[in-house]
Formats: sequence, C-alpha cells, structure tokens
Amino acid sequence: MAVSPNRELEPMKRDRTPFARNLDTAFVWLTGGFAGLIALLLIAIAVRVGVDASPAMAKFGLGFLFESRWNPVTDVYSAFPQIYGTLVSSFLALFLAVPIGLGVAIFLSEDFIPAKIQRPVVFLIELLAAIPSVVYGLWGIFVLIPILRDLGKGIHQSLGWLPLFSTSPSGPGMYVAGIILGIMILPIITAIARDALVAVPIELRQAAYGLGATRWETILQIIVPAAFSGIVGGIMLALGRAMGETMAVTMVIGNANKANISLFDQGSTVSSLLANQFAEASGLQVASLMYAAIVLFVLTLIVNILAQVVVKRVNRI
Amino acid sequence: MTFSSRLLNSLSVSKVAAILPVGVALSLGIVACSPQTTTTPPGAAKTETKAEAPAATGGKTIALSGAGATAPNPLYQAWFAAYNKKNPNTQISYQSVGSGAGVKQFLAQTVDFGATDSALKSEEREKFPAAAGKPIQVPSTGLFVVFAYNLDGVKDLKLSRESYCGIVDGSIKKWNDEKIKKDNPSATLPDTDVTFVHRSDGSGTTSIFTKHLVKACPNWKAGADKSVEWPTGTGAKGNEGVTAQLQQTKGAIGYTEFSNAKSANLTMASLQNKAGEFVVPSPESAAKALSGVTIPEDFAVSIPDPEAKDAYPIVSLTWLLFYSTPKDAAKGDALKSFTKWALTEGKPLATELGYIPLPEEVVTKVTAALDAK
Repeated sequence: MAVSPNRELEPMKRDRTPFARNLDTAFVWLTGGFAGLIALLLIAIAVRVGVDASPAMAKFGLGFLFESRWNPVTDVYSAFPQIYGTLVSSFLALFLAVPIGLGVAIFLSEDFIPAKIQRPVVFLIELLAAIPSVVYGLWGIFVLIPILRDLGKGIHQSLGWLPLFSTSPSGPGMYVAGIILGIMILPIITAIARDALVAVPIELRQAAYGLGATRWETILQIIVPAAFSGIVGGIMLALGRAMGETMAVTMVIGNANKANISLFDQGSTVSSLLANQFAEASGLQVASLMYAAIVLFVLTLIVNILAQVVVKRVNRI
Repeated sequence: MTFSSRLLNSLSVSKVAAILPVGVALSLGIVACSPQTTTTPPGAAKTETKAEAPAATGGKTIALSGAGATAPNPLYQAWFAAYNKKNPNTQISYQSVGSGAGVKQFLAQTVDFGATDSALKSEEREKFPAAAGKPIQVPSTGLFVVFAYNLDGVKDLKLSRESYCGIVDGSIKKWNDEKIKKDNPSATLPDTDVTFVHRSDGSGTTSIFTKHLVKACPNWKAGADKSVEWPTGTGAKGNEGVTAQLQQTKGAIGYTEFSNAKSANLTMASLQNKAGEFVVPSPESAAKALSGVTIPEDFAVSIPDPEAKDAYPIVSLTWLLFYSTPKDAAKGDALKSFTKWALTEGKPLATELGYIPLPEEVVTKVTAALDAK
C-alpha cells in the first residue's frame, strides 16, 4: 500500500524537461516578486507618510498623542480625542458584533436548518459586506439616529449616574458610530468564522460524538477551539475595518474634538478627522494629519501583533 | 479619502441634476426672448455676444476644465450648461473639489481655471508659475451665509448679535434664553437645548462665517479659517451633512450658504446687522452689502461686517482664477467670453439659485480688467 503513491509520483518527476524546470523556477520567483511587491508598497506608503508627517512630529513630539487641541487658526494640533475615539468606537463595535457574529456563524455551520435555507442566508449575510459605507452612513443619519436618540434619552434618564451614559444624546455621537460599525463588521466576522468552523475536519466531530460528548460540548469544546485561529483572524480583520472606516463614521459621530467617557457624547476618530480636514488643509495641518495617519498605522499594527500573540497562546493550550 | 470624494462628487452631481432643469429652462427662456425683445439690457448683451461669437465659435470645440470652490458649484454648473446651449463649441467642466484644492490645481496648471471662496494669499501668488504670466482674479458672484434652524411653530426668528454670538460660543444653551426672547416677543420659544451644527470639514462657508464672527462677536476667541476649533456644537460633513442634521434635530441651528438653505427648504433667521437693523436673508438684501464698497485692483473685496443700513451681514464674494498668458490663447479668450456672459446675461440665474448678482459697477470693472489683459 505504501509503495503505490511513490510509483505514481516517479514518472511525473522524470517527465520534467529543462524548460519545465525553468518555468517552475520562474514561477516561484514571480510569485515571490508579487509578495515582495506588496511588502514594498506598504513600506513605501509608511515612509512617504512618515516623511510628510515629519514637520508635525518635530513640532509636537509625543505630546501630539495626549493633548486635545486641533486649531488650524493658530496651527496647534494634537490628536488625543481622535485616538480615543478610534479605539472606543472600534471596541464598542467588536463588543456588539463578536457575540452576534459568532453565534450566527455557529448556527449556520451546524445543521440546524436545511441546506436549502442555509445557503441563501449565508449569501445574504455576505451581501451585507458589499453595501457601500456611505449607504450605511445615510441610513445611520436618517433611520438609526432618530430611533437611537429616543432610546438613548431613556437610558440617560434611568442610568445617567453611570459615567458611560452621563450626557443626554443629541443625535449623532460615539454610540451611533459604534453601532453602525458593529453592523458593518458583522458580515466579516460571520463569514470568516463560519468558514473556519466548516473547515474543522468532520473526524473531530465524529470522534467527539463517539466519545459521548453532547452537541453543546462538541461545539464549545471541540469545534470552536479547533477553529479558533480562523475566528480570531476574522475578528482582527473586522477590527481593522472598524478602525479604518471613514465615511459612515464621519457621518454619524458628531465630529467634535473632545474625548468624553460618555458614549452619548460626540467624538471623532482618526479616519474621520482625515476625511474632514484633508481636502482643505495646508502646511503644518497636512503634516499633522499625516502624523495622525501614522498613529492609526501603528495602532493597527499593535492590534495585529496582539492578535497573533492571542492565537499562539491558545494554540499552545 | 477616495470614498469621501466620491460621495462629494455624487452628491454634487445629484444636486446639479436637481438644479439643472431650472438652468436649462432659464437659458431656453433667454434664448427664446433675445431675438424678440430689443429692449436695452438684453440688446446690449446681445451686441456683445455677437462681437465675441467668432472668437468663441472659431470652428473647433474648446473644452475648458476648472476646479475649486463647492459653494458656487450649482450656479457654475447651471451657467456652463446655459452657456453651452448658446455656444455649442465651448464646453466647460468643473470639479467642485473645494477652494484649497482648486487653488492648488490652478497653481499646478492642471486646470484651465480655478475657483476659490477666499482671495489668493500673497504666499499663493508667489507660487504662481512664471510661464503663465500673472494670476487674474475676478469675482463671479456673491455668497451669503444664513442661520437655518429647526423649531416647531417658530417662523420668523430674529437673532440679535448678542443672540447669535451666544449660540456659536455656547453661552446660550436653551431656546427660551432671555436674549433670544427679547427680540421675538410673539414667538413661543421652547425650553429645549440649542444644538449648534457646524461644518466639520474645511470649507469656504466656514471661512466667510467665522470672518464675520471675528468682527461681530466680542467674545469670539476661535479666530477665522476654513476650519476652526469650535467651542461648542456638532460637526457635520458638507452642506448635505449640515442640512440632514438640521432637518433631523429639533432645536438645531446651524449656518449654511443661502442657496443651499433655499434648495433644502430650511427655515432661516433674520440677523441684526452692524447698523442694528434685523435683515431677512435674500439676494436683494445681501446685494446691498456689496454696493458702494471700494474695489481693489485684485478684486479681493472683504466685507466681513457691512455698514449699509439694510445690508445682510454675512456676505462674501467668490472668485474665478485665470492665467494672464495661458498655454492655449484660444482657451483664454473663451474663458473671458464666458465670464463676460455670466456677469451680464447670467445674472438672472444667480438670483434664481440664491446667489448675489454682482453690482453694475463691479461688472464694469471686471470687464475692463478682462479686456486689458
């Protein structure tokens, strides 16, 4: 039995002409070149943005990260509210989207409903990801904000003593941005998590059942851990999307230059700042916007590294 | 960034599409009228167009492209469409990318003309490419900025200087504040929060508005620029963002350009001018701010707080930028012909769309300046 695969492989090896071998090498180099090109592009962007940001870096230093001034009249800039807003809105989005997305992914990867219904549902969820973000933004302004504002007023009246709800919502704000982002990243989490869950070998499931595990135990202790790196990968991709999302957030976050613990207050994110100010900026303002872009770059990098660490940790267990 | 600009384009295109029928209808009206009526104003314009006709319709099509200010974009698009009807050989395209970007493109010579809401600064003039001669800056129309608001049952709100200064600096928090009540004795002002809505993106409208605030409000500390550090309020992106915010929020008040407020059917407040009069915003009252001002050589008229008794207080000009020696002389001539047409025959379109038609003395000066170079 063990000999047969070798026997099948050997004639193939003998068939390789010098031309074919050269083609193989060329192909390897070509794909390697493409991969390198992507890395090069990223580095080129980072360097370019860094060079453009250098006047602001020299002027404001690290204070840029911790102060809350954005004044084009006097040319004083710092981006603490935007950094804060980026993190808060993205993590609020994850807080809402991860449980729902993961739940939907588990539901759609099991055989709870017949495949005939399941497939269209999966397709519909993936279609959510294809809606342009400006449409989400408009929907946020005209549909979501009127609903959320009244809801938020109720929450503020009853739970206003909590710092998180300490201001009265006036329409746009951090909470709307978080919820819109949550909806936007939901299909990413669901689609990738479902793919990861479906890709778990059937043998694992059968073995679990064979050992007498219930469905609960199989899902939570076998399937989900086995697909964990895929799920985390999806979440990280979603987080990256949330942190970089521009249009929809700009339309609903209120664009106020302040960092308030209350979710009902208005804020801004690094991307919304860039979207708002870049077109008409000049001089030091452009450099400061580039500096903010670098900060966003670094934030995303940190998030990705953390994700790698998490996946490694879990895989070791 | 691409997304936002794409949005801007698509929105402005839709806005233009909405306004275009008016422009086309009007231009048809002009075309239909001019052969029959030989009364003085159209007649004078007619002889002028006849004289320039050979230059503009020299056989081949001239395609001109421009870029710049967003606020006058609806008027420009209507003008270009109407002008093209009259002179099919001249096609003008315009990207409303914002004044700053417009000036940049103009200086980089990637367009045939630029448009800006704030006159060229001296450092921008220094960057002007020597090969293109000198920059020619002429006003095309006037813009005025209004306070639009959303309050149930309050129709003709009057805002004194004290009131609107208090709203923008955040010191007036409720609608039933004594300062607002004083000038509106008959209105029932509710006990709701004042939500001030401002532009979050850099904008010529903000520049016009804050320049006025600097003059009119003793407590205004944020200065004047295309974007400033607002002491209070919600930021919304673009005119359409401000409009949506105002329509959505009870108790909201914000500033926007008159033509935009008019096309979006927003309720506008009367403002107290420097002379102490309350003035209803209209092209007529805004035009009064422009009459009698001394016009410098480069047309960089700045009237942050007009003195005239019946003048609407927040008014500015907007400018077109040309090269004195363009690469293609035919294009330069076509632009001049267009500008002369726009400032004379194009006037009704400006009023129609909510812009200020330039006063006669300014038009004469612009025509002279265009002919001189």
